[in-house]
This record gives sequence, structure tokens and C-alpha cells, in this order.
Amino acid sequence: MTETNPCCAPAPPGNPLPMAETCCPPPSSTALAMAEPCCGPDRAAEPCCGSASEAVGPRWADRERPGYRIWPFVEDWIETPVGDVPVVSPRLGRADVLGRWAMRWGIGRDRYRIAPGLYAVGRPTADSPVVVTANYKMTFDLVRKDLGGVDAWILVLETLGINVWCAAGKGTFGTDELAARVQKVGLDRVVSHRTLVVPQLGATGVAAHEVRRRCGFRVVYGPVRSRDLAAFLGAGMKASPNMRRVTFSLWERLVLTPVELRVILMRPSLVLAAVLLMLGGIGPGGYSLAGALVRGGAAVGALAAGVLAGAVAAPALLPWLPGRMFAVKGLWTGLGAAIVLGARFGARLDGWGLMALVLAVTAASSYCAMNFTGSTPFTSPSGVEREMRRALPWQIGAAGLALVAWMVSAWSL
Amino acid sequence: MEGFRYLDGVATLELDADRCVGCGLCETVCPHGVLAVSEGKARITDRDACMECGACARNCPVEALSVSAGVGCAGAIIKSWITGAPPTCGCEGGGGC
Repeated sequence: MTETNPCCAPAPPGNPLPMAETCCPPPSSTALAMAEPCCGPDRAAEPCCGSASEAVGPRWADRERPGYRIWPFVEDWIETPVGDVPVVSPRLGRADVLGRWAMRWGIGRDRYRIAPGLYAVGRPTADSPVVVTANYKMTFDLVRKDLGGVDAWILVLETLGINVWCAAGKGTFGTDELAARVQKVGLDRVVSHRTLVVPQLGATGVAAHEVRRRCGFRVVYGPVRSRDLAAFLGAGMKASPNMRRVTFSLWERLVLTPVELRVILMRPSLVLAAVLLMLGGIGPGGYSLAGALVRGGAAVGALAAGVLAGAVAAPALLPWLPGRMFAVKGLWTGLGAAIVLGARFGARLDGWGLMALVLAVTAASSYCAMNFTGSTPFTSPSGVEREMRRALPWQIGAAGLALVAWMVSAWSL
Repeated sequence: MEGFRYLDGVATLELDADRCVGCGLCETVCPHGVLAVSEGKARITDRDACMECGACARNCPVEALSVSAGVGCAGAIIKSWITGAPPTCGCEGGGGC
């Protein structure tokens, strides 16, 4: 039994997908090992885990060093002339999926990075392709998952935990880092060819001819999306026209909205809400706390509706909303939200109150929608600046009028 | 990107056809198919689809392309109006910008 059960045995060399993970997590991370008790030292008697001598100690005990932790996605190591290179799993574990969702909500986004350098998927040789990516872990996870079944090297650049496109725009995913990283890992001693597959959206920061001049490697621009990588490599590094174009599907838009909301709901918005709550108490009878809660609460609620209309509804409905300017698109969703709120609460409002509601919700929505320009893959900075010069005065004017109408409405009820 | 068009007549993309050597890299890197090479020269076929990412200019070996590239975040532009510095995106990784 101890010999035949594959569950906790070390991964057999040459097998890119050791069976171990299906039953036992790689016990390199204490937290993970504890979460799944199968291979813990306490459960050494468990038949799943083979003999006690096998079960004690992490799978990569001989590679551990004090102060370091081996990522759970490391499945094996491969010997190269520049030292052992980690072979990473093409599958995402629970922690990877949880991490991705945390990122989508903006939790811990500034420290979701892996060490730059050379990794492997499958069993790459000196002839295998080298795929370049960023050290944002979500990006890296996608690449290793989408390369599943391909034998390749992954050269991870130091982009400070930022995705390829963003980092390329900033220049961290760029010519300097790429050429330096190739030399630092000694890539010319690992592979016999001189070709790097760089993601197309990295081209904003990478000058192919400069890279060749500096490190001798030719840059081939791969597809926009990592999911096309396997097909691209299979076709002899040829991209179909579709692989070269960015998309912005409903899902691609929706996953960006939680972070959008988080950015909007930062300190200035909280200060504004506090000010509105305070101002709500001012009325014909002087200052009243009840007024602050009711009228101030209503104002904050109206703004919240405007934020949702502009930062969630407008991105979701983007291609169907009339107008090129995002401020105009947000105007429509804002009006929609104002109509819903008016139908629900309008009976309690007079003309001034209704006017304040419509103006405030629409202005907030229009402004938030305009902010979404920064998250799309098709708006030019020149266009955004043009749009802002036109739309901001209207948004500010509407917000100012809404404030006045709201204050006046306290007296007219 | 059908259904997604931004403002017309604003993109700063310019091509100096005399310098162009027709290598085709601009056509490869453009995520919006703005450039196309025919008869050994690149042409701008759809300037209004340009999002000014700057990939074509960066990869042009003879500097035939120019574009004022940058970030299109409204917040960054407001900040740049106030500070006078060029807009820099505050995106801490992930998502879009």
C-alpha cells in the first residue's frame, strides 16, 4: 500500500500533472496544509497518505529555506543550466480563485505579486517557447492556466504587481525591464532559440527592435488574451485577426465595476455624505436632528443611487446607451434611476425636492460614468480630456442647482 | 469592438509616410486595427478608432509614427489640471486602466 498509493508520493519526474494535488495539497504552505487535513502530520494514519515517514514534512522540504515560502502552485522543479526552475501547475487552486475575487473587489491589490524570473509549465526543453508576462499574480495565474498542455517557459517581469497593459502604459512592463530580465535569468543558456512571445498589449511599453539590439532576442507579439496563447503557439506563432483585437464584453465590463465603486467611495465621497447629513438639519425651525436624518439621509441615498447608475448600470449598458460621451451615457442611466426614485418617493416631495432629486442623481451618474473611461480599452486620453472640458461644467452646475433646490425645499414643505 | 466608438476627430495619431519602411509592426500591435500596410507602406485606415495607447509609435523602428499617448482616467486628468503635471493613472494593478 505504501508503495502503490500515489496520493502523497513525490511527483514522478516527467509527469507534468502529478496526481498528488487531487487528493493532497502540496503541503508547502502551512495554512493550506491545515485547511485540508488529509496529509497533515496528525492524520498520518489515514490510508490516503501512505506511510508516516512520507507524510511528515513538506513535499519540497529539501528546497525550503528559512524565511521563504514555496507557492502552492509550484508542482515540481526542472533542471536547467541556470539552476532549477519551478514548474507551475496549469490548474488554479481554491486560493487562486479566492485571490482573484479579492482582487476584483480591490482587496489587497497592491501586494498580489509573485517573484519575477523564470518559470516553467509542462516539461519545456531548450526549444520550447518563452512567454513573457507581468508579475501581477492574477495575470500569471491566467497565463499558466491558459498554457495548460503546452510545454513552455514563462518569463515573469517585475511590474510591481500590476497587469501587463497598465504596467506597459507606465513603462514598467517595458524594454528596459525585459532586456534586463532576459540577461539576469540567463535565458540564452536555457533556450537554444532567440524568440520571446510578448503579449500584444505589452507593446505600449516594449520596443521590439530595441529589445533585440540590447539582448539579442527577437520579440514576437502574441495574442491580446492569454486564452488564445495555446492556439497562437500551435499555429506557429501566427495570430488570427480576432486574437489581435481587444474586446469589451458585458462580463469584461462588469468585473471592473466593484473596483470602480471602491474608487468612487473613497474619502471625498464620505466627506460629502457627512456634509449632506449635517446640512439636512437646516430648516425653517432652525436646526433639527430629525431633519438631518430624514433629509440628509434622503440626499445621501439619492447620491448613492446616482453612483450605482453611473458606475455599474452605465458600464453594463455601455454599447446600448445613446451618445459617444460617457457623461451622456451616464445621463441616461441617471435619469432612469431618478424616475424610479421619483415614482417611489415623489409623493413626499414638492417641486423643489423633485428637481433636486433629478439633478443630483443625474449629475452623480454622469460624473461616475465619465470616470469609467479610464477602465475601457477604447477611449483615447485626448477624447477623455475633450469630454471632461465639455461635461464637467454641466455636472457641476447641475449639482449646484440640486443643492440649492434641496435647501429651498426644506422651507416649502 | 463594434458598438464601441469614442469621440471622433480627437486622436493625435500621425504617420509620416515618407519615413515608413513598411515593416508592418504597427499593424500587428494596434489593438483596434487602426493601421494597415499595403504596397510597402502603412496607412491610417481608421484614426477615430485610435485610443492613443502608443504601441505603434513605440515599435516603429524609423519613428514614422507619432501619438500623444497617455492615460485616459478622468481622475488623473483632473489631477493634472490642478498640478500641471502630466496625468498618471492611479490604478494599483488589476482591471482596466
